[in-house]
Amino acid sequence: MTVTTDSVRSALEQSPELDKVESHLHPAGSFVVADHEVPTGREEIWRFTPLKRLKGLHADAPLDGRNTHATWNAPEGVSVGVVTGDEATSLRGVSGWVPNTRFTARVLAEVPATLLVDVPADVEAAEPIVVEVDGTDADTTSGAHVVLRFGRHSKAVVVLNHTGSAAVAAVVEVVVADGAEASVVSIQDWADDAVHLSHHQARVGRDATYKHAAISFGGDLVRMDANVTYDGPGGSAELLGLYFADAGQHIEHRIFADHTAPRTKSHAVYKGALQGEKAHTVWVGNVLIRKVAEGIETYEENRNLVLTDGCQADSIPNLEIETGEIEGAGHASATARFDDNQLFYLQSRGVSEQEAQRLVVHGFFNDLIRKVGVPSIEDRLLTTVEAELAKNVLKDVGSLAAFGSDS
Amino acid sequence: MSKLVITDLHVTVETEDGPKEILKGVDLTINEGETHAIMGPNGSGKSTLAYSIAGHPKYTITGGSVTLDGQDVLALSVDERARAGLFLAMQYPVEVPGVSVSNFLRTAKTAIDGEAPKLRTWVKDVNGALERLNLDSTFAQRSVNEGFSGGEKKRHEIAQLELLDPKVAVLDETDSGLDIDALKIVSEGVNRFREREGKGVLLITHYTRILRYIEPDFVHVFVDGKVAESGGKELADQLEAEGYDKYLKANA
Repeated sequence: MTVTTDSVRSALEQSPELDKVESHLHPAGSFVVADHEVPTGREEIWRFTPLKRLKGLHADAPLDGRNTHATWNAPEGVSVGVVTGDEATSLRGVSGWVPNTRFTARVLAEVPATLLVDVPADVEAAEPIVVEVDGTDADTTSGAHVVLRFGRHSKAVVVLNHTGSAAVAAVVEVVVADGAEASVVSIQDWADDAVHLSHHQARVGRDATYKHAAISFGGDLVRMDANVTYDGPGGSAELLGLYFADAGQHIEHRIFADHTAPRTKSHAVYKGALQGEKAHTVWVGNVLIRKVAEGIETYEENRNLVLTDGCQADSIPNLEIETGEIEGAGHASATARFDDNQLFYLQSRGVSEQEAQRLVVHGFFNDLIRKVGVPSIEDRLLTTVEAELAKNVLKDVGSLAAFGSDS
Repeated sequence: MSKLVITDLHVTVETEDGPKEILKGVDLTINEGETHAIMGPNGSGKSTLAYSIAGHPKYTITGGSVTLDGQDVLALSVDERARAGLFLAMQYPVEVPGVSVSNFLRTAKTAIDGEAPKLRTWVKDVNGALERLNLDSTFAQRSVNEGFSGGEKKRHEIAQLELLDPKVAVLDETDSGLDIDALKIVSEGVNRFREREGKGVLLITHYTRILRYIEPDFVHVFVDGKVAESGGKELADQLEAEGYDKYLKANA
């Protein structure tokens, strides 16, 4: 669609509270599936994604397959369960999400059930709520709708852990009520043939804190959009990402921090490593500071470490600013190979080249892993990084005894 | 035993105009227990000598030899040289984000010794070395060289020297950028190393200041990629008084 300056201006005048901003980065939304054409790959929001490998999830693949098995725990005071019928219907769009992609519109319209994690007001969950999603068949396609609801002044960590083989289109809607402290960790540790197309949409309440960590290691194609909007002033969002792409893998992460309220914060840090032929990662960071969003702070950062030849890392930070009255806004993006000087320094202390590389990669991810803030996950991530390194950088190293954990 | 012998060493570096010769035939022998100071003007090739001995990939050896106790150093990789007993304290130590000093030191010690250090004595050794260099105990938890002050970087280099205990230490302008207190602390660390049995030290410096605290056995004036003159410590006093002018003029 063509947008003229006039049409934008008139839109702004009509709704000064939440101005409508037209941009190719976030096309207009609709709940009606027919309003969304099947993407061709030429659209800005699809141009990096190899659509052919999506098994039709972006188009018209059936979403009623049974190819995942979910289990979970529910700490005291928290309810976790599958809801259907009117209750499920009432939860569609609860995060304020109006689909701007065909697959999210289809998930909201066609998937009959919703997995609802409900943390009532004032409840502090004693332990993380872990939802294990295990894929059983990569040849069937399915859709999933998940709602994570954090009540006023509640505090909880929800972990979505994806393993096995499946082709899944998922919409995860997160509602963080006023004053709540919510952490959502989504781990994509799929088998090599899995396809995962997902959209995470969070609505962050007044003075609420939201932490979202996207961790992608496995799968043939993983794409996740992690979006945030704000319900009131004082909300804060931390968007973290860690990914490790091997030969042939496509891992794509997009974030969109839509500053819809004043004095809100967003801070995004995504770090990735790539190794092997045709390992491809994409990071697209979008931040929109709307006219109403005075006094906000935002920073987005993406760093990639290219470990071998034949990899491609795309990294695009975008910042759209509609008001000059902001506290701070910035972004950084860097993609590099090993720093020869770092390796020389470590080697000059007797450390072998491969072990030096290993130290550097661990160092690269360490700060980020600590920020995830869930001890059981941190240990697991360190182990997973180690396993990924073993595939390539360290495949010839016999003993790794010298490397100790940081104490 | 620790005897470093440098014979007719020629080194080039790649530039936009093709390879440029930096070292033009360096001869130098450091016997065990000896401290040699190499002094020279900027651009004379002092740091190139240090990095070439350590094996930095930027430099190409085009002739000559370097041996440590008879072993061909130039045939070894960077880490093999360190394990053979060479240590380079760098002028600009490199940041390694996310890797703690404690992890770094333990990994290096394990690599050098071929086995992990015994935990109890190691913790004591590390804390002792850091303390002697006036680095507090939280220092071990910081990322290697990240956010360190200039003085902290140099003191950290010397703490490594004490802990890794090489045969021969090459100190590349360790004194540059240090205030007088830090210079004394660093010098004391080097002197503790020298007191150990059979250690060799190659001290590269632009200034005579550090030689007041670390007394060299020999002083070499380095000009245009080779040793122009050698002598005892009185040569340093002469340089202090007269500067490098005479050598530069002779060279021109």
